[in-house]
Amino acid sequence: MSENEIHDWIRKQVADNDVVLFMKGTRQFPQCGFSSQVVQILDYLGVDYQDVNVLEDIAIRDGVKSFTNWPTVPQLYVKGEFVGGCDIIREMFQASELQTMLTERGVSHGQQPQMA
Amino acid sequence: MPMDANEIERLIKKKLPDAQVTIRDLAGDGDHYAAEVVSAEFSGKSRVQQHQLIYEALEGNMGGTLHALALQTSAPDS
Repeated sequence: MSENEIHDWIRKQVADNDVVLFMKGTRQFPQCGFSSQVVQILDYLGVDYQDVNVLEDIAIRDGVKSFTNWPTVPQLYVKGEFVGGCDIIREMFQASELQTMLTERGVSHGQQPQMA
Repeated sequence: MPMDANEIERLIKKKLPDAQVTIRDLAGDGDHYAAEVVSAEFSGKSRVQQHQLIYEALEGNMGGTLHALALQTSAPDS
């Protein structure tokens, strides 16, 4: 597949699924500590998400980096928009911003934000 | 080949001259770093845009030469 075709495929994944995590390994068996951290956060929050294992296809691994202009994996998409890699997701989770963002975008998760 | 912490700092400051950069070598192997970067350039930018600026500064080394760089970015007084 050409890079354009890969980008079209990625665009379709993030359009068809509310939450998509491009990662090394699978959500059951992450093969990188950074991917594993994001999986743990999403599982903790009870978010339903589609995982894409970039280790299965070098074209996807390279394609997702050029698609987002982001040089590393994992990459999390919510409602078609790139939210961040491991550091950003962890920071947002710790500040409860991730939970708020999911709620605002209508993505169901087990943790509802606490009212002040 | 691993990358030297001073080289990381030099590249970041080349792109963001006002940046305050703190780098820690997490594993002592020259391959796993954490960097805290404070720069006025970050104000008004999303976290993704802030990190993208750093990745641009690293001139393609991120994800290749440099395997792991945990990033924490902020604007002064935020």
